[in-house]
Amino acid sequence: MSVAQEPARRDPYGVGRAPRVPFRQLSAEHAEGGVASKRIVVAYGFWIFLLSDIVMFSSFFATYAVLTNETAGGPSGRDLFHLDVVALETAFLLLSSFTCGLANIGALARRSLMYYGNMAATGLLGGGFLFLEMREFAGMIAIGAGPQRSAFLSAFFSLVGCHGLHVTLGLLWLLTMMAQVYAKGYRADIQRRVLCFALFWHTLDIIWVGIFTVVYLTGLAK
Amino acid sequence: MSEIRADRDPHDQAPGDEAAGGHDIAEGVIGYMVGLFLATLLTAVSFFVSQTTLVWRPSIPVALSVLGAAQIGVHLVFFLHITTGPDNVNNVLALAFGVLIVLLVIVGSVWIMYHLNENMMPMVMDAPAPK
Repeated sequence: MSVAQEPARRDPYGVGRAPRVPFRQLSAEHAEGGVASKRIVVAYGFWIFLLSDIVMFSSFFATYAVLTNETAGGPSGRDLFHLDVVALETAFLLLSSFTCGLANIGALARRSLMYYGNMAATGLLGGGFLFLEMREFAGMIAIGAGPQRSAFLSAFFSLVGCHGLHVTLGLLWLLTMMAQVYAKGYRADIQRRVLCFALFWHTLDIIWVGIFTVVYLTGLAK
Repeated sequence: MSEIRADRDPHDQAPGDEAAGGHDIAEGVIGYMVGLFLATLLTAVSFFVSQTTLVWRPSIPVALSVLGAAQIGVHLVFFLHITTGPDNVNNVLALAFGVLIVLLVIVGSVWIMYHLNENMMPMVMDAPAPK
């Protein structure tokens, strides 16, 4: 009997790697309380939201890919993008994703120095990224390459600006989470919010990987 | 070594959490460091490939997309902890559906608009293509 039940334990949904077990039996042994723990349910729901956000970004990516050559005689990416700025932005965001993961571990382990230190580092790196992006946008608009110049630039500002907006909201959320942990401590509900914030921040970095590959590197490589 | 405590479930795993069961802080940090190392490596190669003259020109966009996809994979595994473990089935299925929609939107748009441009009658009022 124990031999028969062992595979079911390792394949709780019976997706094919183990003999199918009746659902009733499966949910009965799922957890003492019945369904999955709140941390899993909350993070799963937030993961679904993030995927919908990624789907939204995919339409911006598709728009950009279609319009990337429609410069209407105006400047193209090759004239406007600077590789060193993009490299610095990428480094900032990648490092902030790393420190954000460490902050999540710090929150779970209830180590305040690890949590606050890494959250602060994440915030500073994210702020640095945002500063570079704002400077890039302002420089482009100053030379007449604003979003109204061509379809290419409209698509560029929509895609990269939407990501920048997400980073801005993420920074507000980051400060909120630091304040909440400070005010309420490492409660289970606060830790769930920290986990959701970490997922959000990692997802922004994933979208940035798409942006620097599709927009900047491809634009400068042509 | 102090352990990370969360309400763990041996059968299920929240996205963003590491594999069920107790974990050292050090173990978790090492995971993120491996991710950071791989992501940095792939980013550096991407930047190098985009500027190099060593490879055949038309292969550069393909190489960039492959490197980008690989880096997204690294981020998913090491930062978001979306793995192929059986306790991760729900998360992976949701991801698979998301990827399906993303590919439909992007590949479909590019494919259709490319052929639309190809088959468009040339218009007189079109300005000459900027070169």
